[in-house]
Order: sequence, then structure tokens, then C-alpha cells
Amino acid sequence: MPKLSRQEVEYVARLARLGLSDDEIELLRDQLSAILEYASVINQLDTDDVEPMTNVLPLRNVMRGDQTAPGLTLAEALLQNAPDVQDDQFRVRAILE
Amino acid sequence: MKADLRYDPVIGLEVHVELNTTSKMFCACRADVFGAPPNTYVCPVCLGMPGTLPVINAQAVRFTVMTGLALHCQIQTHSVFARKNYFYPDLPKGYQISQYELPLCTDGWLEVETSAGVRRVGIVRVHLEEDTGKLIHVGEHSLVDLNRAGVPLMEIVTRPDMHSAEEAYALVTHLRQIVRYLGVSSGDMEKGAMRCEVNLSLRPQGSQELGTKVEIKNLNSFRSVRNAIAYEIERQTRLLEAGTQITQVTMGWDETAEVTRPQRSKEEAHDYRYFPEPDLPPLALESAWVERVRQELPELPYAKRARFVAEYGLSEYDATVLVEDRAVADYFEDVVRCAQPSVHAKLVANWVSGEFFRMMRETGTPIHEVRIRPDDLARLIALVANNTLNQTAAKQVFGVMWQTGRAPEVIVQELDLGQISDREQLAALVTRVLAENAEAVASFRAGKATALRFLIGQVMKATRGRANPQLVEMLLREQLGEEQ
Repeated sequence: MPKLSRQEVEYVARLARLGLSDDEIELLRDQLSAILEYASVINQLDTDDVEPMTNVLPLRNVMRGDQTAPGLTLAEALLQNAPDVQDDQFRVRAILE
Repeated sequence: MKADLRYDPVIGLEVHVELNTTSKMFCACRADVFGAPPNTYVCPVCLGMPGTLPVINAQAVRFTVMTGLALHCQIQTHSVFARKNYFYPDLPKGYQISQYELPLCTDGWLEVETSAGVRRVGIVRVHLEEDTGKLIHVGEHSLVDLNRAGVPLMEIVTRPDMHSAEEAYALVTHLRQIVRYLGVSSGDMEKGAMRCEVNLSLRPQGSQELGTKVEIKNLNSFRSVRNAIAYEIERQTRLLEAGTQITQVTMGWDETAEVTRPQRSKEEAHDYRYFPEPDLPPLALESAWVERVRQELPELPYAKRARFVAEYGLSEYDATVLVEDRAVADYFEDVVRCAQPSVHAKLVANWVSGEFFRMMRETGTPIHEVRIRPDDLARLIALVANNTLNQTAAKQVFGVMWQTGRAPEVIVQELDLGQISDREQLAALVTRVLAENAEAVASFRAGKATALRFLIGQVMKATRGRANPQLVEMLLREQLGEEQ
């Protein structure tokens, strides 16, 4: 399996909103490639007749009735955790559409 | 103008519908968030706090299956939720729980009526997901209200089977009517309970190849859907006729200027890295349960209309008007049930689509706030049918019923409006009127037919409009004949 390219690492870092130094990119190229290499062992198996598994638990149809319960107060929801607040809302840097 | 080269629009829709469950999709917060103070319907689950776990709202699943069945879909017995990963401030978890490879409903269709006839539009899928929060932009900042985060959202994706703005408009309005009939959503586009995205491309007439697809967003009303499509078809036709290539782009509809504008493209193409949601076990809906849901579906608009035509002898037009809103259709049937067999359903239809609708419109009264009880309306109509009341008096009584919700008989008595159909009483009156109007009698004899109208008018006047006009005419003719 070929080693991940620099661009691939930068792309994944951007998706995860991680700012990486040049050294870190090189380090992660090695580490991520090793992980993929390890996982690629499974590719040796013929899985054509195997149903894709989406969940390891034997559970199905775990649902709740459509009932409400009190949630958090405004103070609990916002003030205790939010770094920035305005008009009872979380404040973030402007988002460009 | 190049008249020979024509283009066919190819249109597909993605419609998002907020389900009107009591609680949110994966937590017990209230879901009726419209107009609530910011960040008051929130909990650790919908805020995406660490260590919390989602649990599927059974009612939301049921509502989605109901919709899938109404759209003739296959209901999947194995269905899985998936994480759609992206960062945006209105999405507290950093991913939206949605469905990807295994949605609840697939491969359906819906028929809509257009001026060109009935059109069948394919439905690719109906799946279930959670809504995001709301952003308000204020200068340097954006403010985040997470009340809406986690409200159940149903996504309906059509095949690109539509070819005009009219067809797309017919589809979304019919979809709204269906979700309202099913009682699964308010369908209010203006309140964001129904949102629509359009995919549109043009291809030369006769060609099977699809043109470059343009996506139109920010459509906040049914009018916008129709106008944005019409505008975009024109824009692309102009470009193609000028020999310009269409670029794949997302457009936003500017409702004020009535134009589409390219939305600033995000710096990178979306890569959502979907994967099965590990916190939610799959759904394995039993076919017996699905069948029960199917049995319990309410009668849908087109079926109800066909039944109204067949069962009550109504015209297509009357039936269409009456089934527009399910609650109104139910009201109409309640009146019919109370009025039959003495009153024909057509008379009831005339009253409901006439005076009744006029009052609803003029006073802005929704059907559930109407004070007239169906059995009272039925008896009012019966009073007209058996000649106790004439039309004018009946409308007056109706007006009082609308305001007070009182029984028609009481009002008739109070206002002294009952029609006079007593033969002897009217015969005496006719004799008097003839004696007092010798001139009119003479001109009637001389062959002037309008003189009879005048004489009828005199009798009506003498009874303040309460005399039964048919009986008055008959008596007049009788007495005029006798004197000959």
C-alpha cells in the first residue's frame, strides 16, 4: 500500500479543522499510513457474500415514546459553557454564506 | 430569435418537512420551537455535549413510514441512521444524524394534476434526519439558537421527472396537502416547516442526455418555487441560445429582486464522510406493523374527491374545493350526514363552498374556530329546502349563527323570518293586492307580462319578504284567471 501523500494528510486535517505544522504533517503521514496498512489486512478476505454490518450489538428498534421532559435552563445551556454569548444566543465569528 | 432550437427543462426536487412530533428526534426536548425564546428547548443531547446518547423517537419513524406509504414507496425492513460530518455553528455535534445508504422508504411515486393532464413523478427516497439550529448574522458575528437543533426532519427526494415550473409547483403543493392530511406536519413553508431545493437543467428537445445541473436554494414560499424555476429556465435558455456553457453552480433565490444569484461557493467540495451511526441500533420494522400503519392511513385528497363525486353527485370542481383541507372536508361530511335524507348533498356543498367559505375568508376564521355546529347548519339548509325560509332570510340567519353559534330555529323566531307558505293567509293577501292595484291588473290582462312581477313584488312587500314566492305567483295566476 503506497504511503499517504502530503496533500491527503492536509485534506483530512482541513476536514477536521486541525492546523498542522510541516513536521506534524510528515509524522502523521507515517502514522496514518501505518494504520491504513494494518487495517488493509482485511482486504485479503473475500467478503462478496457478507452482509455489511452497521452495528455490532444484537439490538434492534430501540425507540422511545414521543414524550417531552424538561431540558436545561438557559443559564445551564449557555452561561456555564459558552465562551461567548449575546442576546441569549451563542456568539461565533460571522459565517459567510 | 432562434425559433427552431427548443430546450426541455428537467427538474427534480428535494423537500424537507419538519415533523410535528411533540418531542425532538433523539431527545425529550419540546419540538414546537417556532417562536420560542432562543435556547430554551435544549438539553445535553441536542446540544451535543460529551457522553450523551440519542434515542429514536418512535412517532417520527411512524410519521415517515406513513408518508412513504402515501407516496407509494417500498418501506425498508432494514434501515440505518448515519452520521453526516461537517462543521457549521448550527450543528453542535459536528455531524448531523441522517440516513444514507439504507433510508426508511424508497422507490415511490406521486401523481399531480397540471393543465397538461396528470403527471406521475417518481420518488427516490424518503428518509429521516434531525434539523439544525438557526443562525442570525449580526455584523462581525453570528448568533446561534439551538432550539431547532434535533427537531425531526423528513427528506423527500423526487426523480428528475418534472419539466415545467407548473409541474414542480403542483408537486410541492400536493405534497403539502398530503403531509397535512396525514397530520405529520403543518407544511407551512413560510415558517420553515417545509423547505424546498430545486435541481434544474436544460437539454435540447428530443435529447436524452442531461444538461449541466444548477441547484436553487432559499425558496421560502410556494410562489418562490414557481417563480425561481421560471426565472432559471429563462436565464439558462438565454445562455444556451447565445452559445454559452452552463456552469454547475448553487443559486440562491432573491425573493425581493425576483432573480437567482450564484451563492458563494464553499472553499472545498463537501465531503461528508458518512458512516453508520454507532450510537443507534438499526431499525428492523416488522411488515405486520407496516401493514397496520397502511390500514390506518386516512383517506387521501384525490381518493376523497373521487368519493365525493361518486357518493354525493358533486361536480369535480365542488369536490376539489371541498377536499382542499381535510378538516373542511370532514365538516362538510358531518353536515351531509345530519342533513340526509331530506337535503341533497349538493345543496350542502353549495352552502359550504358559498356562504361558509365566504365568511371564513372575510373573517379569517380557521375551520376549527367556526362556531356553527354541523347539525345546526344542516337544519338551516333543511329550512330552506322545505320552504320555511327564503334564501335572503336564510343568509341573514346564517350570519347570526356565524357570530353566535346559536340554533337556526331560535334565530328565525327571534327575527320573525319564517317564510309564509300558508295558502289561505296568502290567498287573502293576494286578493287585497289585486284590488289595490287595478292598473297593474289591467296591463297584465292587456298582455304585459312584467305586470305580474310587479304584483308578486307587492305581495312580498306586504309580508316583508317572507311570502313563499312560488306560492304567491301560483295564487296570483289563479285569481287573475278566475276573474276572467
